[in-house]
Amino acid sequence: MAAPFIDLPWGIILILLPLAAAMAAFLWPSMAKAVGLVTAVAVVVAVVGLGWQLLDHGLYRHAIGGWGAPLGIELYADGLSLLMLMATALVGFAVSLYAAAYFKAEDAARFWPLWLVLLGALNALFLAADIFNLYVTLELVGLAAVALAALTGSATALGAAMRYLLANLLASLAYLLGVALLYHGFGSVDIAILATRIAPAPVAFAALGLITTALLLKTALFPLHFWLPPAHASAPAPVSALLSALVVKASFYILLRLWLELFAPLGAGAGIDALLGLLGAAAVLWGSVQALRQSRLKLLVAYSTVAQIGYLFLAFPLALASSVAVWSAVAYLALAHALAKAAMFLAAGNLLRFGGHDRIADLDRAVQRLPLTTAAFALAGVSIMGLPPSGGFVGKWLLLEAALTQGRWGLALVMILGGLLAAAYVFKVLGYAFTPAAVAHKSTAVPASMEWAALLLALAAILLGFMAPLLLPLLGIGEPFGANGAGP
Amino acid sequence: MNWDGWIPPLLLASSLLPGLIIFTLAEEQVRLRTLLNLGGALVKLALVGWMLWGVYHGHHYEMRLALLPNLELVLRADPLALLFITLSAVLWLVTTVYAIGYLEGSPHRSRFFGFFSLCVTATVGVALAGNLITFLIFYELLTLATYPLIVHRGTEAARRAGQSYLAYTLGGGALLLLGTVWLYTLTGTLEFTPQGILDNLGAEHHPTLIMIFILLIAGLGVKAALVPLHGWLPQAMVAPAPVSALLHAVAVVKAGAFGIMRVVYDIFGIEFAAGLGVLRPLAWLAAVTVFYGSLRALFQDDLKRRLAFSTISQVAYIILGVAIVGPLATIGGLVHLVHQGLMKITLFFCAGNLAETLGIHKVSEMDGVGRRMPWTMAAFTVGVFGMIGAPPVAGFISKWYLGLGALEADQGWVLVVLAGSSLLNAAYFLPILHRAWFRQPPESWPKERSFGRQETAWMLLLPPLLTAAMALAVGLLATLPFSPLEWARLVAQREFSQP
Repeated sequence: MAAPFIDLPWGIILILLPLAAAMAAFLWPSMAKAVGLVTAVAVVVAVVGLGWQLLDHGLYRHAIGGWGAPLGIELYADGLSLLMLMATALVGFAVSLYAAAYFKAEDAARFWPLWLVLLGALNALFLAADIFNLYVTLELVGLAAVALAALTGSATALGAAMRYLLANLLASLAYLLGVALLYHGFGSVDIAILATRIAPAPVAFAALGLITTALLLKTALFPLHFWLPPAHASAPAPVSALLSALVVKASFYILLRLWLELFAPLGAGAGIDALLGLLGAAAVLWGSVQALRQSRLKLLVAYSTVAQIGYLFLAFPLALASSVAVWSAVAYLALAHALAKAAMFLAAGNLLRFGGHDRIADLDRAVQRLPLTTAAFALAGVSIMGLPPSGGFVGKWLLLEAALTQGRWGLALVMILGGLLAAAYVFKVLGYAFTPAAVAHKSTAVPASMEWAALLLALAAILLGFMAPLLLPLLGIGEPFGANGAGP
Repeated sequence: MNWDGWIPPLLLASSLLPGLIIFTLAEEQVRLRTLLNLGGALVKLALVGWMLWGVYHGHHYEMRLALLPNLELVLRADPLALLFITLSAVLWLVTTVYAIGYLEGSPHRSRFFGFFSLCVTATVGVALAGNLITFLIFYELLTLATYPLIVHRGTEAARRAGQSYLAYTLGGGALLLLGTVWLYTLTGTLEFTPQGILDNLGAEHHPTLIMIFILLIAGLGVKAALVPLHGWLPQAMVAPAPVSALLHAVAVVKAGAFGIMRVVYDIFGIEFAAGLGVLRPLAWLAAVTVFYGSLRALFQDDLKRRLAFSTISQVAYIILGVAIVGPLATIGGLVHLVHQGLMKITLFFCAGNLAETLGIHKVSEMDGVGRRMPWTMAAFTVGVFGMIGAPPVAGFISKWYLGLGALEADQGWVLVVLAGSSLLNAAYFLPILHRAWFRQPPESWPKERSFGRQETAWMLLLPPLLTAAMALAVGLLATLPFSPLEWARLVAQREFSQP
């Protein structure tokens, strides 16, 4: 394998580089844009480096300062971490490209430091090996996200960001309480150690309840999604893309990790997996119907996120019987959604800037006047609907296969119906992109890099449809979903 | 190294690449666009000719690409695939010429031809698919690629037609997906295999298999416009004429009919399907569709709508041929796939010519039009006689084999369907001919454009003349090698050969 990639501590670089860059961007605002772009590229390189390492050595573990668990901080990466880091790097790169053209002087000075902090925090979260570090990074992600959502300072944005902040704080509190209970009950915060000690005691169930609820709130699973649509819709386009593509995935990732390592046996016994599946199904249907009802493009895209989050939870009741296939499907769906949803928000941002509004019925021949952006929206839409060939299709196929093998017709029908509803709301937008508006509006030019950033992400989501033979083995590194069938 | 495996992907690329390049062209780059369009179509035709020769001599063209765990993207040119591909390649070339003439000077042509090429790519992919998942992928791509063509004009009516088209076809696609996954969980393979892949499934699976068959046929029946899933087709008539021509003769409805063939012959196997008892209801459904389409066509004054309902009826012949067990009926169904394409595209070209040249959209405006546009109406007349099934036009051959096949399979009732529908075909087509040839032309046409001494632009006139000539030729020369009939025989042999 390529030697130059092997030897550096890529995990550390992934965390420290963005944080250092954030500091630099904060201190020298005039350089912020350049620093941000270079960092975004460097993070892509570092993820590739980490990928090589994983391919060569399998699992990645790094004890910072030589102090391993239970005393020190450990970094940990397997196939699942790698996939999430890839999503972050790719989306981060495209969004940086987009933001470089999107933000003007003062906003730019505020955006870059916050975004780089968010980037570093996300990377740290996906590399964390214990539940306390997960808490710290999650908190950092949440605060950076709230600050970004409030970036424009408009009244609606501030209101939405306040709601977002309160939801976030409440969730963090509950999560921390859960962590404290686990520490009290089982004497460790390291996931691997906890996994060997945890037992179905009342304290474990209390922690399970607190932590799960907290993470559901942060992930915006129906009916705890109330904060998401306003926050995601009122933020500037690049921020919306980051929030919808990455930030909600971060809390989902923690939930998935903890479920796989700690809670699955407890939760399945208590019927929590069935409950999560039920909420997921409700989210798919409710989110899609709400998306269909919106007359504003960004709100439509935001509700679509509520629906797509639901898909990730449909997997919980299916996982007991075929763990590897189902969780691989979920990881694939999460990656595909990250790429496609970011593309959609960026495209929506272009349309908004171009026409000065995001009323869907007045898109006014966007297909002719802004073809690259419309293409980006359409291609991202294909993945969101789960039509082939796309990453969304691969994930949906695997999930559907598991559902039908287990005879779970209800879940299968929700998946199919969700796809049709998604098609309905995507094509609602595309249909109006062909027709002229009743009243013509003045239009503003959109920089080419903003159009291409959206299109690149959308193309990546489509390309993901052909990458399964490559990515699924990669995902299996370190067996994050257990060896076969029986859970971790 | 054996290069045969590369021909199927090249066949896709020959329309995909020109299409993608065309998207980037400016409106004014007419010459380059035309060059790409026609160049791609000619390359495709040459490749198809090469493969026809190769397959006839026993070559094997196949390409495999891993797609999912245990599932591959398979492109394979077997005789049945080639039957459909040849039709698409030939008609794509002709329709491209027609579309260039038809859209001259209208806006958004780069977009139009880009999606037009994607549409053909998807159709060829449907034909080449070597397993059900590959088929599904291209089948959905076809839906997506045709949508921009249907809403091309950007009017409110076009938008609504587009939404309705999607509601039907994506709904159908969802059923197909469900059926496909379900089948896969039972069999672990989706490979198209002559005589089916289900032989080793025991009788306890039969009820499930019947459900799967219903799901698959319902999913495919939407595009094939089987009653009651046909509602989108007449609405989609708002699209420009070349699109209607392509939709009806080659791409969308044929993809549905072709898919039903694949499911019956190469997934279930026709004898296994007959044993399940699912073919007889399918035959009834096809018969109902034949009658329903014809009856509705009788009452349409809008020429394109009349043709649309006629398509519903004619495509059901193909399904009828599939649903009757026996080599002769199979040949009839297979060959009608090609024959109907040639005849129906002729009729749509002619309808487009009338609209473009004289502004005629309705049957009631066609009085004496034969004198003004004799060549167009001559081609139309050939198409009409073919649809009715009069010898020696191609349609006769199809009906002859369907009839023989029905007798062979002891299903005499099919003869009644054939005779009755021929009468109905005559009833809704012959009055048009009577008007066109024997009535006095009006003082002035609704919206006439002059083309000097010619009756219309040559790019509009040549394609229908060509396809009409082909419709005659495949009827007259049906027994020559490489005629559609002989090729259909080859396919049928494969399905019915005794192991």
